[in-house]
Amino acid sequence: MSYILRRVFRAILLSLAVSALCFLFTEMAPGSFFDEMRLNPQISPETILALRSSYGLDQPLAVRYARWVKAALHADLGYSIAYNMPVRPLLWSRAKNTLLLTISALALTWLISVPLGVWAANRRGGLVDKAVALGSSFVISVPELVIAVALLALVVRWRILPVGGMMSADSDAFSTLAKVQDLARHLALPVLILALCEMAIIVRHVRASVLEVLGATYVQAARGLGVSQGRLLFRHVLPVAANPAISLLGFSLAGLLSGSLIVEVVCGWPGLGPLILEATLSRDLYLVIGGIMFSALFMIGGNLVADIMLMAVDPRIRKEGADAR
Amino acid sequence: MRAKVLVVIALLFGLHLALLLAGFVAPYDPTAQNRELSYSPPTRLHFKDGSGFHLRPFVYASTVVMEGDQAGSYQEDRNHQYSLRWFETGPSYKLFGIYELTVHLFEVNEPGRIFLLGTDAYGRDEFSRVLFGGQLSVSAGIVATLITLLAGSIVGIIAGYYGGWVDELLMGVNELFLSLPWLYFLLGVRAFLPLHLSTLRTFFLLTGVIGLIGWARPARLLRGVVLSSRNRNYVLAARGFGATDSYLLRRHILPELFGLLLTQAALLVPRYIAAEATLSFFGLGVNEPAASWGNMLSALQQYSVLVSYGWLLAPAGALVVTSVLYSSLAEVFHSRLKSHTT
Repeated sequence: MSYILRRVFRAILLSLAVSALCFLFTEMAPGSFFDEMRLNPQISPETILALRSSYGLDQPLAVRYARWVKAALHADLGYSIAYNMPVRPLLWSRAKNTLLLTISALALTWLISVPLGVWAANRRGGLVDKAVALGSSFVISVPELVIAVALLALVVRWRILPVGGMMSADSDAFSTLAKVQDLARHLALPVLILALCEMAIIVRHVRASVLEVLGATYVQAARGLGVSQGRLLFRHVLPVAANPAISLLGFSLAGLLSGSLIVEVVCGWPGLGPLILEATLSRDLYLVIGGIMFSALFMIGGNLVADIMLMAVDPRIRKEGADAR
Repeated sequence: MRAKVLVVIALLFGLHLALLLAGFVAPYDPTAQNRELSYSPPTRLHFKDGSGFHLRPFVYASTVVMEGDQAGSYQEDRNHQYSLRWFETGPSYKLFGIYELTVHLFEVNEPGRIFLLGTDAYGRDEFSRVLFGGQLSVSAGIVATLITLLAGSIVGIIAGYYGGWVDELLMGVNELFLSLPWLYFLLGVRAFLPLHLSTLRTFFLLTGVIGLIGWARPARLLRGVVLSSRNRNYVLAARGFGATDSYLLRRHILPELFGLLLTQAALLVPRYIAAEATLSFFGLGVNEPAASWGNMLSALQQYSVLVSYGWLLAPAGALVVTSVLYSSLAEVFHSRLKSHTT
């Protein structure tokens, strides 16, 4: 149990540090949203000062940070100046779409790369193994931006899938089933791009860890005892090989989130990415900070889940936790 | 294997030479506009005409079709041929930013034009822009890598060598940086820096930000190597003989880091080129009219451009080639490192 406690404590500490870091950035900003207002002769300096104090921007840094953390604990992430509405509903309406995208991509990635990795490792040096090695090293080395733009170009040119947005413009009139289908068709391209980029990394790790386990003496013993190939792979090898793969799951969230930002902007998927980009371009501070915080929390949470899953499948970690106590 | 290594190195050398001499290789100024020739497709090089085969390729001047169902497309005017001329004078440029020259690798006489990769919306030569954009993007990648490795080595060596609470503190901060999705982080930092700057200042700002954000991973790797090499017998012996910290670091520990640093550099350069391209693509990096592979690609954010003007994908091709070459180099370094240590 203390293992989980330690992990949770660490996660909380990390989130606090992330928020402090985000907040420090705001102080280093030379420009502000009010710069453009100042250029407007119709808005008097007094109005701007009043606006500043109404948003609490005239307080010292520490006070603002303390206020912000306190508010954030009550799920209030501040006020977006550009949208003129609270940050939280704004973020949440977009974050849902990002979560839909990343989680579908994550599922697709693992559904494909685990069997593929096991196969490649099992038939080492075979055709599949070579194809996987070549393909993954190519995809890893090519920037995600290029992959996204290239796939988009193909799809747009061949008109295979709809691009841009989540739904067709006339989707209101659709039945529920048709709506889901419409959503899936819009989701297909961004998920495909993201999953392709992630798969290239995951499949290599799965292959490597399966290979390592395949060489273990107990596997050879099991083989010698006449355990069937399928049973050997899925009962004896995979649970052990899953260990590094699961810690990779938490780790891969980082790449997935950064990747989703690119993919969302390129494909016009209305997720967090375009929102944060827009906020960055218009210097909507609290929105940017909220977005970074959200993505960092998602990642820290993902890592925590991975740690707990790791404990569930690996008795060695449970033992280590018991020893520490 | 050896042949493959040589090919990779030769290609990398060629690529960097072409980018370094961009002004010479490119036939046109990258910012020169030809509004009447916007979105002109790549110029075709001809070898054959009515009188037979020519060793020296030539081009025809193109003009826009004004009427009929082909209106808006370009048509070659077959009446006049314009031969490709090597080492001909053209628009002046500055080599390495110092020497003012006018000689170009190839030119064709006006009104013939040679757009090897077509033109963009303003009629600027895409080939010249890819070269000049590459100059900016690749050097941004290299400079940012140097910054990362410098910062990463300082932190990694201090953490690994001194250990104790220093190590714990530094590695705690390290984990913080690792736990942030880098692109969101980059965007966040970028949000608080001025948007519109001169190209040179943008360049240093971008490389600084990209380089400093990436320090965490190399620092962690270097720390591991320093930690293990610190406790080697010969290091302990030297310490016993009264060697100072700086001597130990210089003589025994830094040489062990060299291979790792090289591998990391070859891995980081393409990643940072991509980072610069991504930021410029988003409009947060290098601004027009200066070219970078990223801001050239951002023209493709309009689907109509993406469908109709495929040659504008050229910077994407350049990115692919550069990235693949650098990763092959990283693979070579990595396999050498592995065979060296085991």
